[in-house]
Amino acid sequence: MTVSTASSPIPAAARVPAPAGRPRRTGANGLLAVPALVFFVVFALVPLAGAVVLSFADWDGLGELGWAGWSNWAGVLTDPVTGQALLLTVKIMVVSWLVQTPISLLLGVFTAGTQRYRAVLAVLYFVPLLLSSAAVAIAFKAILDPNFGIGGAPGLGFLAQDWLGDPDLVLYVVIFVIAWQFVPFHTLLYQAGVRQIPTSLYEAATIDGASTVAQFRHITLPQLRYTIVTSSTLMLTGSLTYFDVVFVLTGGGPGTSTRLLPLDMYLTGFSANDMGGASVLAVILVVAGLGLAFVLTRFSGFARMSSEQEGL
Amino acid sequence: MKASGSARRALAAVGLTAVLVGAAACGTAGPQTGGEGSASAWIISGVTEKAFDNSFDSWNAAHPDQKFATQSFANDPYKQKIRTAVGAADAPTLIYNWGGGVLRSYVEAGSVDDLSDLAADPALKDRFLPSVAAVGQVDGKTYAVPNNGVKPVMIYYNKDLFAKIGAQPPSTWGELMALVPKFKAAGISPFAVAGQPKWPLLPWFAYLVDRVGGPEVLNGIVANKPDGWSDPAVLQANRMIQDLVNQDGFIKGFASISTDSGADVALLYTGRAAMTLGLPATYQTIKTGDAKFVEDGKLGYFPFPAVEGGKGDPADVVGNPSNYWSISAAATPQEKQVARDYITNNLLNDRYVMDLLTVGNVPPVAGIDDTIATSSDPDYFRTVYDVTAKAPSFQLSLDQALSPAQGDALLTNLQQIFLGQMTPEQFSAAMNATIGS
Repeated sequence: MTVSTASSPIPAAARVPAPAGRPRRTGANGLLAVPALVFFVVFALVPLAGAVVLSFADWDGLGELGWAGWSNWAGVLTDPVTGQALLLTVKIMVVSWLVQTPISLLLGVFTAGTQRYRAVLAVLYFVPLLLSSAAVAIAFKAILDPNFGIGGAPGLGFLAQDWLGDPDLVLYVVIFVIAWQFVPFHTLLYQAGVRQIPTSLYEAATIDGASTVAQFRHITLPQLRYTIVTSSTLMLTGSLTYFDVVFVLTGGGPGTSTRLLPLDMYLTGFSANDMGGASVLAVILVVAGLGLAFVLTRFSGFARMSSEQEGL
Repeated sequence: MKASGSARRALAAVGLTAVLVGAAACGTAGPQTGGEGSASAWIISGVTEKAFDNSFDSWNAAHPDQKFATQSFANDPYKQKIRTAVGAADAPTLIYNWGGGVLRSYVEAGSVDDLSDLAADPALKDRFLPSVAAVGQVDGKTYAVPNNGVKPVMIYYNKDLFAKIGAQPPSTWGELMALVPKFKAAGISPFAVAGQPKWPLLPWFAYLVDRVGGPEVLNGIVANKPDGWSDPAVLQANRMIQDLVNQDGFIKGFASISTDSGADVALLYTGRAAMTLGLPATYQTIKTGDAKFVEDGKLGYFPFPAVEGGKGDPADVVGNPSNYWSISAAATPQEKQVARDYITNNLLNDRYVMDLLTVGNVPPVAGIDDTIATSSDPDYFRTVYDVTAKAPSFQLSLDQALSPAQGDALLTNLQQIFLGQMTPEQFSAAMNATIGS
């Protein structure tokens, strides 16, 4: 088993006293990682291996399992719905990032300030964070009803649109609802980030005559670099697993207009009862997620993060 | 390579966990059992829950050593949960189902018991309407017995709105289409339909295919007849649907309307749409939303119209004949015996029949004319009962009759027909490709 070797990552040979001149390895004992490692293996790696195996099986959730060879893979990869689901997932990922980042950055900077009523407004901004995804989706479904929703209110007739039924519009409605739900969380990250910036930087800039906008561009933004990286990483990887809100709000419809990859996986597995096909999609999702995580950590400087306050 | 049964089961369970983890779906423990000699049943929450509860409560009171433990679930989550439970041999003793393709998959997996001997029991034999009891059979053997009201789909209409434009209920498709411009001219939407959850679109398709081509077309499709979906009746039915959509026969924005909030039916009793095609749940929703609308006689109903030159009998019905109980093959012998005794003695007995009628469901029980006559709305209940009892063909809802994979594909493709995202020819080709899945 990998567990036993991983539990003592220092080979026996390395445990002899290090020759003089080379620094001795310091840090926590490898044994401390065992519990986390066991959980990771049992709850992440084993099911993952199961999904890979199941992607070659023909199983409807009942009865006996038969082997299907590559037919599930061929079926899923040639299905136009899969390509569309991937495209939709990428689209929702990019647009969500573009929408959420500026809003949460500005809100975060605002809520970190000392303006009047700031605390009251901040509380209001954070309300969506307290609601469960299902509740958010059900509430928006009722609000967006074309006949009995918000469009029925006096003076708001222009809001009575075919929000969830128009194939061209529905994706943006979904992106809006997701943004409504997640912006508060990222605002919180940015607020914390802004509060870390030493006031002496702003004081110096003010003395030098820098405007508020210039201070934002030349102090706030550079100082928030790693907060932006963290928030973006969470947003981009999180968008691979958008499921609950979309499932309740649209069920993937109309047609396949909001059938994102995770939703496609769920519906294939639990509505169409094709566990083999669903496992193929699950594996694709894992590969996409790992690829994305790799790219993000490799090129965003995530792994090279260090203090921005040297010299202060 | 062939893995052993238990290894494969374990593997399957592990894979299932992976999909579940990925989807962040949650599962709970299996059925609760109430101790030795007790059985379990899962029921569906909603209007008929009371009738089921009463039935099990009175059984439990009379049989303290043979109790049922019940748990209720919402409709859609139940359908997914029960399949996982049956697959894991962890299902309740009594399995609530809809007959059709799902029941067939249970039978083929050996998950439910053969109840042919029970069905032949003199105590049960003549209790149910034959057309409804037949849906519980697979290959001539009975695996499920009816436990709920009959659910034929009819057109419900607002009598006030019909009077406003001086219209009569249409008996042919031509008459129906002629009403569309008249209602529109009066600023009324002809039909309300909940297009968002997809399944309310199904009866439109099933009825039109039946009226145009007769029941053989849908029977062929259900039996996986090669190219069954390219039957001229299917193509024509989809053209008729798109024609109705293009003439604004359905209310604007219908694809955004959901049904779990009753927003489709509300359009009918608030006077914004003249008609809706629906299950008897339509009646119950109106009763709950605006009881006065029904009491004042403003609610009308009529069967789906005939299509000129079509082969189908206008008396044919589409819908859910009933719901059914099957007995889990994985239950213990004691649990099975409790379930069998319950079915023989208490299923759809007089009290149960009365309870169902009280909540607006007509039980599929033979010879209940007298009970219907004393119910709260004899005219409506008699119509529902007669429509069912006299139907030459009662087509089970297609999402239940077909295999789950086909049913799922049908829902998505049909929604695209309604939205004009797909032509009838593309629909037929896409559905033919699902045959055998």
